Amino acid sequence: MSEIAEKVKAIIIDKLGVEASEVTPEASFTNDLGADSLDTVELIMEFEKEFNVSIPDDQAENIGTVGQAISYLEEHAK
Amino acid sequence: MAFRRVVVTGLGAITPVGSTVPTYWDGLRQGLSGAAPITRFDASKFKTRFACEVKDYSPDNYFDRKEGRKMDLFTQFAVIASDEAIKDAGLLEGVNKDRVGVIWGSGIGGLKTFQEESFNFAKGDGTPRYNPFFIPKMIADSSSGNISIKNGFRGPNFVTTSACASSSDAIVAAYNYIRLGMADVVVTGGSEAAVTEAGVGGFNALKAMSERNDDALTASRPYDKDRDGFVLGEGAGALVIEAYEHAQARGAKIYAEIIGGGLSSDAYHITAPDPTGEGVVLVMQNALQDAGIKPEEVDYINTHGTSTPLGDGAEIKAIQKVFGEHAYNLNISSTKSMTGHLLGGAGGIEAVASILAIQHGIIPPTINHVTDDPELDARLNFTFNEAQVREVNVAMSNTFGFGGHNTSVVFRKFKA
Repeated sequence: MSEIAEKVKAIIIDKLGVEASEVTPEASFTNDLGADSLDTVELIMEFEKEFNVSIPDDQAENIGTVGQAISYLEEHAK
Repeated sequence: MAFRRVVVTGLGAITPVGSTVPTYWDGLRQGLSGAAPITRFDASKFKTRFACEVKDYSPDNYFDRKEGRKMDLFTQFAVIASDEAIKDAGLLEGVNKDRVGVIWGSGIGGLKTFQEESFNFAKGDGTPRYNPFFIPKMIADSSSGNISIKNGFRGPNFVTTSACASSSDAIVAAYNYIRLGMADVVVTGGSEAAVTEAGVGGFNALKAMSERNDDALTASRPYDKDRDGFVLGEGAGALVIEAYEHAQARGAKIYAEIIGGGLSSDAYHITAPDPTGEGVVLVMQNALQDAGIKPEEVDYINTHGTSTPLGDGAEIKAIQKVFGEHAYNLNISSTKSMTGHLLGGAGGIEAVASILAIQHGIIPPTINHVTDDPELDARLNFTFNEAQVREVNVAMSNTFGFGGHNTSVVFRKFKA
């Protein structure tokens, strides 16, 4: 797993209080990991802070699973 | 229209002298001081470096990490104390939750949350990166909101804010809603968690707090000649109160009856108490009138008594004016000598203390008394230093807040 993927997983485990085994690439933040809309906003903000990127709202809407977050950040992280 | 009778059927507390109702009461009976050096932040540059914190507190003992992270400390205290009271009252099964409300008190709300988010913004480059939980954690009504969400209570729900009278105002509001028939049960009380840089620094700037850093344990000394200000406390006190017929129908145990509430305002100064005590005279008269009792029927007053030079004297003068000769028969005590001043949470834990005094026939003391204040009538019984055994039929709980808010609640031993 890439360093970015590791960090993304760690943030999700920390913010959503879930087990590492649950954080699979297909896992949806809202449907599988118990996030509500505010949790999702917080996750996006943490990604922005950790990876020093700015994620526009229209793109943030497309980040709904662990895998989508990792791909987005692998592409955009500085 | 006849008002309904309202009784107390559940108690909860998390305080600097005990983190449950039984340990809180033990602490009060034994005259335990909750004061100690501040652990919540580095206070080395502050004028006051001690407070009455809840001891050995960790949210992990009460909440899963995700749940706890979304609540400011004052809301965590609110949920913990109300959980104890709800369980005590057996409220989770067999009641119509549409008829159960939550009316909570907090003088400040999420001060720590506000402070942290402001620090973070100030440290940055001006780009706003406020956490989405900032506002819902900070607002004072997140306490009552979280209590209702956790338990599914769909009745009236709001928070009262009147500084140090906040939770007594919550109790009086809850009492009114029930006696008017707008709810059958209300979870009430209040909480505060202001032992932060902003809280301590702010109250220091007002010169309201004790600076007795070399003897923190005895710093909260209401009615002592050398009192030098209040000691900041934190925590929560919770009551479940309900319509008598509702409690009776479900076979709930009854601790006491609430028989009256009084409110008034000093209309004098935003922080200083009116030295004539007129507003305080009025609030106790209003409470007695609402209760429909004579002053002679009161046995115990749990005073506001914060250990400030001005406030303590004004309240005592007012008590003498309202109660006349009977003032000498009263037990008077300030449990803030032990718990410190919980600000908006004070009325909650002091209501619990007043009700337990009725239940056990024991008056919790005013500790840390060393030197009589010649300005105060020495014939009054301040319950100095040791608890006293006394049958209590009626207890009055006084709280007064910055802004000139005064509130008194009257509890009576329950008789069917």
